[in-house]
Amino acid sequence: MIELKDIYKIYSDGDSEIRALDGINLRVSEKEFVSIIGQSGSGKSTAMNIIGCLDVPTSGSYFLNGEDVSRMGEYELSDIRSRTLGFIFQQYNLIPKLSVFENVELPLIYKRMEPRERKERVERALEKVGLLDRYKKYPKQLSGGQQQRVSIARALAGDPKLILADEPTGALDSKTGIEVLEFIKQLNREDGTTIVLITHDHGIAYQADRVVKLQDGKIISDEVVAK
Amino acid sequence: MSIKQAFILAVKSLSASKMRSFLTMLGIIIGVASVIVLVALVDGFKQQLVDQFESMGTNLISVSIPGRGGNRGVTPDDVMEFSIENAEVIGYVSPVVNVSNLTVKNGAESVTTTAMGTNEFYPEIKGLEVEYGRFLEYVDVERRQKSCVIGTYIANELYQNAQSALGSELKINGISYTIVGVLEEVQDSEEGSGDDIVYLPYTLATGLSWNGRISSYAFSAAEKELVEEAENRIRAFLYSVFNDSNAYRILNQSAILEVVNDLTGTITMILVGIAAISLLVGGIGIMNIMLVSVTERTREIGIRKSLGATPWDIMSQFVVEAATTSSFGGFLGIALGIGAAIFAGNLMGVPAKPSFGAVAIAFSVSVGIGMIFGYFPAKKASRMNPIEALRYD
Ligand SMILES: Nc1ncnc2c1ncn2[C@@H]1O[C@H](COP(=O)(O)OP(=O)(O)O)[C@@H](O)[C@H]1O
Ligand SMILES: [Mg+2]
Repeated sequence: MIELKDIYKIYSDGDSEIRALDGINLRVSEKEFVSIIGQSGSGKSTAMNIIGCLDVPTSGSYFLNGEDVSRMGEYELSDIRSRTLGFIFQQYNLIPKLSVFENVELPLIYKRMEPRERKERVERALEKVGLLDRYKKYPKQLSGGQQQRVSIARALAGDPKLILADEPTGALDSKTGIEVLEFIKQLNREDGTTIVLITHDHGIAYQADRVVKLQDGKIISDEVVAK
Repeated sequence: MSIKQAFILAVKSLSASKMRSFLTMLGIIIGVASVIVLVALVDGFKQQLVDQFESMGTNLISVSIPGRGGNRGVTPDDVMEFSIENAEVIGYVSPVVNVSNLTVKNGAESVTTTAMGTNEFYPEIKGLEVEYGRFLEYVDVERRQKSCVIGTYIANELYQNAQSALGSELKINGISYTIVGVLEEVQDSEEGSGDDIVYLPYTLATGLSWNGRISSYAFSAAEKELVEEAENRIRAFLYSVFNDSNAYRILNQSAILEVVNDLTGTITMILVGIAAISLLVGGIGIMNIMLVSVTERTREIGIRKSLGATPWDIMSQFVVEAATTSSFGGFLGIALGIGAAIFAGNLMGVPAKPSFGAVAIAFSVSVGIGMIFGYFPAKKASRMNPIEALRYD
């Protein structure tokens, strides 16, 4: 599913350069649930942006589903994001002036889906996260945990093969955090969606099948979690 | 994303902040309204002028012969003879002697007015109507009888009214004239208007004018369609007399109308130009707000991009939003403009009718301006880097 080969992401800042990613090699198979863990500044978000096709590496190659992403232009990147990816962010990133329904519908609009099919899909996704009755509400009328569940519904509405979650529980208290994590695990178990979860929290990281540790832009360990 | 989706979204985000949307539109509203009002007023004003000229007789051909001394020239008899020979194209002709700043008296009361010396055909040429009594007649002219016909302003100023003026005496330069007719009121009997006038036999008026000459002739063509032909013959006749085309000037009514058209056309262009500047300012206002809006919504743009929006999707969203703002402003401007045009028309006594053309042009220009000035901010939004946009707050 994911194949990163010798990925470098270098930010030059005048004469000094920052190696946000310093030679990353990583393979993630379909239906895997992988956590990426590391301290702040270790390069986790940079890695996720590249995996999420929001950014391209300075050098190295990245194959997603067999497609070479590292050479893609803007339109191809948005197309592949639309076809294969779902995002869950720490700050939920819902659009405040759109209702719950409209927020979940958004990725389907960009997929150029017909309104009738969109409606079905949105309802199914909201049902899954238990928020169908809130579809008319606006984000600010919901609690943090509910908002994050809406963003999960948005990520899964388009049936993506890969869901990327950047610190999805970071803004939630531990109880709601566990709840949200359960939804993510369920996605992996029941729908077979590949999950890449980014966190700095060991407790959360080890809920995954596999934990990859980053430090200074390098992978320092890659272990399978014993269940 | 379809245009319809973008439109629905645009209406949503406009109605989310109504006050700001209204202020954004204000420039467009004022621009569109002023185009409509100005065009309607100038059109109405022009119509008024045209009507006025047409009421003076559309078949009219005026000939002025300034004369630079010397004896070469035409006599009224020559002109009469020429007209009779060309009766198939020329209807009537009258010599015209214009005497301005003439003081006329009834007993102790006096007014300063304009006298015109003509013959008996002048009403036919100019479309004058006599309300009481009669106009000058052949004998008045031929025998230099001291008869005159006055306008209603003179009648009201020097006599009680038109009826009591009729048959009374009017003193011009100390000589008594009998008022044989009072003309129909044409312009509310105001001073300096078409009602402030005295008609005398031209044979007497030459004695009152400063140079004692007949300086112009008024012709009417036999038919409206013959104006040009009549003018050509008059020109040929005058050339045969003077051998110098600078010695006389010929003006027909359609030439005057052309001048009116040119003039009002120029006025329209200038005013519409000014209004166009306010539309432009309105467009810049929209661009300004759109730029602010793009910056404010950086995060939203990042989210949309992460959800698969292409640069085109983002751009069309903002362009449609700008176009929606400006066309909404356009609608309001049209409503305001039509209302204001009718109101201002009534106030100024001008028959202002908002023209469909001005409305259509003002509206399409406002939509166009929204799109053009929305394009730049939209382009900026579409080029935004999704990662940086997501990090923005
Ligand atoms: N746009 C950028 N320009 C310059 N340096 C950057 C940029 N993005 C990230 N970095 C640097 O790259 C390193 C890795 O950042 P990041 O991937 O955000 O780490 P993490 O998500 O693990 O906290 C940091 O040192 C950060 O300062
Ligand atoms: Mg980070």
